[in-house]
Amino acid sequence: MLMADVALRKVVKRYDDVEAVRGIDLDIADHEFIVLVGPSGCGKSTTLRMIAGLEDISDGDIMIGGDVVNDVPPKDRDIAMVFQNYALYPHMTVAENMSFGLRLKHYPKAEIKARVTEAARLLDITDLIDRKPKQLSGGQRQRVAMGRAIVRNPKVFLFDEPLSNLDAKLRVQMRIEIKKVHQKVRTTTVYVTHDQVEAMTLADRVVVMNKGRIEQIGTPNELYHKPATRFVAGFIGSPAMNFIPCRLEESGGKLNVRLTDRISFPLPPARAARYGALPRNDGLLLGIRPEHLTESNAHLEPGVETFDTVLDVTEPMGMETLVYFSLDGTPVCGRVNPNAGAKDGAPMRLAMDLNNMHLLNEETGVVL
Amino acid sequence: MSTLVIDKAGPTRKLGSMSRDRAWALRWSYFFLVLFAIFFLTPPLYMIITSLKSSAEISAATNPWWVFHPTLSNYVELLTSNQFLRFFWNSAIISIVVVIVTMLISIPAAFALARMKFWGSATLATGVFLTYLIPDSLLFIPLFKMLAVIQDLTGITLLNRWYVLVFIYPTLTVPFCTWIMIGYFASIPKELDEAAIIDGASWLQTLLRIFIPVALPGLIAATIFAFTVSWAQFLYPLVFTTSVDQLVLPVGITTTLIKGDVFNWGQIMTGALLGAAPPLIIYAFLMDYYIAGLTAGATKG
Repeated sequence: MLMADVALRKVVKRYDDVEAVRGIDLDIADHEFIVLVGPSGCGKSTTLRMIAGLEDISDGDIMIGGDVVNDVPPKDRDIAMVFQNYALYPHMTVAENMSFGLRLKHYPKAEIKARVTEAARLLDITDLIDRKPKQLSGGQRQRVAMGRAIVRNPKVFLFDEPLSNLDAKLRVQMRIEIKKVHQKVRTTTVYVTHDQVEAMTLADRVVVMNKGRIEQIGTPNELYHKPATRFVAGFIGSPAMNFIPCRLEESGGKLNVRLTDRISFPLPPARAARYGALPRNDGLLLGIRPEHLTESNAHLEPGVETFDTVLDVTEPMGMETLVYFSLDGTPVCGRVNPNAGAKDGAPMRLAMDLNNMHLLNEETGVVL
Repeated sequence: MSTLVIDKAGPTRKLGSMSRDRAWALRWSYFFLVLFAIFFLTPPLYMIITSLKSSAEISAATNPWWVFHPTLSNYVELLTSNQFLRFFWNSAIISIVVVIVTMLISIPAAFALARMKFWGSATLATGVFLTYLIPDSLLFIPLFKMLAVIQDLTGITLLNRWYVLVFIYPTLTVPFCTWIMIGYFASIPKELDEAAIIDGASWLQTLLRIFIPVALPGLIAATIFAFTVSWAQFLYPLVFTTSVDQLVLPVGITTTLIKGDVFNWGQIMTGALLGAAPPLIIYAFLMDYYIAGLTAGATKG
């Protein structure tokens, strides 16, 4: 079995004076499903296109299967790509679309047929094999585009925002399809999206990019629970993490975090030990996810502290209700039980789970 | 009183205004279309009427819009005349070769200008079109001089030979066809050639197996244009060919059927009608393939 690991070493992409990608290091293991995620213009698509060979790299090295491919044309990199707008050949049938690459390489007819049949079966498009792309729905076209990649049996699959053109329901469905296909074919995959939910659900590891740099690489859970920067903390998770200006104080030999004049909480021992050496001044942010801001109840765990506030707006979602309020002018979002009686403009006692808090340097954005 | 009327009319007008406006728009368009159809179809109709008359009836003082003694003699005479068939043959062979030459130059040129970004490609694309804007009436004297010089230097007879037109017509057809094809190629989504490149296609394979089939409507439009221009060209053949056996149809008809101040109207009209037939037939056949939206389904839209 061919090794199909991908490595990027200090890869840079410059357009005239603009650096779109500013020195990326990334190791993608064989069989791994990697998702590059970030806001538009963060360099994720450019990075993917450099791996594909559609863009020259300005500096650094890209390796596929251990070989430097900087100057290798796309067709010799043994990769397959799925585009956002599918890019199916409109004058060819589904079967012809899928077999185009194999036909160019003069594979035997029997093998082409076998591979197309197998891929069609895998993607559940056997009935569509003789149709033209314009006779297909968006989801079907997306399957064909994936089929075109699968029949080539490449070292690496590259996906460039493949689900962005689908409606929300279909997107969820195709997301699961892609995951299933990857479980079956196990091909090393690099997947680009701006949708953090897609990134979290699909990836073995997520690469969060911002302004041409990698902010953090990690499993979905690592990114969610141990974000390295404010950008990652705010980007992953919906509704986004709250950032509340705060300061550390000592009182009675205990370390407290003060949010407002009124609200100050003692830190749980583990957190106190971790933050003990930090300066006792402003310029800190308390990062807390909405699910760690819930309604108060009778049995509070250690490290969970309560405070009273007045809600601005509530959003009932069915399984939960999102509550919005402000602390000294900072808007904050919490998630409470729909039966907790949260009402617009009403006072409410909320509980903050400080075991799941983060402390950030406001200036550098680094999670401390 | 008047305000009352307006108040009453207001709501009803709002309700039906869309379809009523559309109905009026339709009526006006039919009115003008019929007007234009009459304007443009009257001359050919008059030609048909005249072509079915004998010379005697044409010069007789009867109603010119009616044929009293219809005859096919003009058609028989022309279609059995070796001279006329020779003109026809010359026109056909020149037009077909010009179309082939034009396509062989225009398609690769348009592909290169639309897709391969190289230094000066945008300027070159505009330049190609600008050359089309120079009228042939400015070019025929220098071209004649050029050919004469080349003929003197090489000893190859170029003047008064029908095949020289095969080299000259593309100066008219190539710029325009290249321009049309650039537009069509540019409308093909970039991802389509990127997909082809990743599938392992070379530039040539991308052109032959993706671009040409996808841009077929544009290709047909360009082909029709090149054929029509070659078929109807008058000035260049008039200047560059003089012997009767080298003439093309439009020049042949006017030079051989007008003898001094004697106009053989019946045969002139017949010749012109027969000459107009091939482009008409080509339009009729190729229009079926001239379907917009062939790219539908390539990408999302």
